[in-house]
Amino acid sequence: MAIEVSNLSKHFGSQVAVNDVSFQVGKGEILGFLGPNGAGKTTTMRMITGYLSSDTGEITINGTQVSEENHNIRASIGYLPENNPLYLDMYVREYLSYVARIYKIKHPKDRIKEVLGMTGLTSESHKLIRSLSKGYRQRVGLAQAILHDPEVLILDEPTSGLDPNQLVEIRQLIRTLGKEKTILLSTHIMQEVQALCDRVVIINNGLIVGDGNIQMLSDNLHNKYSVNVTFSRSVVDQTLSGIKGYETHESLGGNRYIITGTKDTLNESIFDFAISKNLKILEMSTNRDSVENIFQQLTNKIS
Amino acid sequence: MRAIYLRELGSYFSSMIAYITVGLLLAVLGLVLWVFPDFSLLQTPFASINALFEIAPMIFIFLIPAFTMRTFAEERQAATLEILLTRPISPWKIVFGKYLATITWLFIALLPTIIYVISIYQLGSPPGNIDLGQIAASYLGLFFLGAVFCAVGVFASSLTANQIVAFVMAVFLCFLLYYGFYFMSKMASFTSGLDGIIESLGIDYHYHSISRGVIDTRDLMYFICLIGLCLTWTWVSIKKRN
Repeated sequence: MAIEVSNLSKHFGSQVAVNDVSFQVGKGEILGFLGPNGAGKTTTMRMITGYLSSDTGEITINGTQVSEENHNIRASIGYLPENNPLYLDMYVREYLSYVARIYKIKHPKDRIKEVLGMTGLTSESHKLIRSLSKGYRQRVGLAQAILHDPEVLILDEPTSGLDPNQLVEIRQLIRTLGKEKTILLSTHIMQEVQALCDRVVIINNGLIVGDGNIQMLSDNLHNKYSVNVTFSRSVVDQTLSGIKGYETHESLGGNRYIITGTKDTLNESIFDFAISKNLKILEMSTNRDSVENIFQQLTNKIS
Repeated sequence: MRAIYLRELGSYFSSMIAYITVGLLLAVLGLVLWVFPDFSLLQTPFASINALFEIAPMIFIFLIPAFTMRTFAEERQAATLEILLTRPISPWKIVFGKYLATITWLFIALLPTIIYVISIYQLGSPPGNIDLGQIAASYLGLFFLGAVFCAVGVFASSLTANQIVAFVMAVFLCFLLYYGFYFMSKMASFTSGLDGIIESLGIDYHYHSISRGVIDTRDLMYFICLIGLCLTWTWVSIKKRN
């Protein structure tokens, strides 16, 4: 396991920020750390990076415990904090040379050039960070996090506040990085998890409420199986109950219905029903649980 | 540590901060020494530069806190301190790197004032009729005094994310250290023996002791301990993350 968090807790005064949290991130995995604002995502990530110390519990990275004194562990982590703090009065290349010097990187010039290329910053490298757009600043934030070639990347809301184009670019970049590195990324944007992550850990009020891949989480929720159908003409509502495996339905108007029923046979029996009533099916789609749905269900259960 | 030191120095000199502060110091000293009649050297019968060493601490009380207020407060405000503290560098090196940069600036700020010394040297009759040894000792004293103020300023800056709060705290602490103990020792209740001890706690006492031209290790130890104390507190304050 690249990152192993066990029984981690943290209080701020009387407030419990993180409560007995345990999870693992495998080598080369991209783990989405999902939760509403204030759920304890940032606090957990700060403890993993060693910025905060935990009250109880243990964090190991590649088998070694994270501590303030262990600089080797710190050198194997790349961290992009929330809101991407940068020295705005520095030039991009100047900032990266400064970071390279802290990590005592050998051949800093070559490495900086390589990272500038990877993050698509080559043409901006002579600019003041202050003058960059938010998307480019985010690239600088990622560049400083990967400069020392860490095995583990901790990215706290790496895409917040970006426009749709920048979003796609940054995600692409994270996906590329994820091929070689272990990534723990926090977000409250559900599409991001679907787009990027192998697995997701959902946290709410400091507690883990879900851990697994998206399919698994959705199966665990025992949601009703439902199908969206549009018929060629309107149907008398009561006749819908003639569908095999039918449980309930909802009429959306304009010949559109959501029909809920037994999972395995519902689609087929709707088709049979349509034939028997001389109807044509113009559109039929299965309602899949979106991550949004899972997220809302899991995080509302407790609060 | 080198990385921190170089970044700090770079940020002083790539922005206007260093130029404005050094320029201001020279301008105020120049005005007081040569133009304003109350202190003007041209009005006094002796070739003496003592006025410089009397006025410089007063300017430092405001100038150094203004210069050092951003060292940690700015990083706290921008949250760059968080990222810095997760890098493989000990907090002690961060404090020391930043502090070294401030005293490098102090050294650079004091250098041009030698022009004033050279001018006085030339004005003596015959030229050169001036106690250079005492001036050198006074410079040493002034440098140490400035170094203490820098340490106080860095410490105040590490306590808050607000630069104005850092500035006001640093000015107050510098004032207390420089004048506070001196004035307190003059209070009636202390005149019966404690006054000497209280006075020797203040910077003023040791600064004037060195300015006489006698470099006493006790005075130097006093300054070094004070700097060490402030930097240790700074270290504690950035280690304790809030």
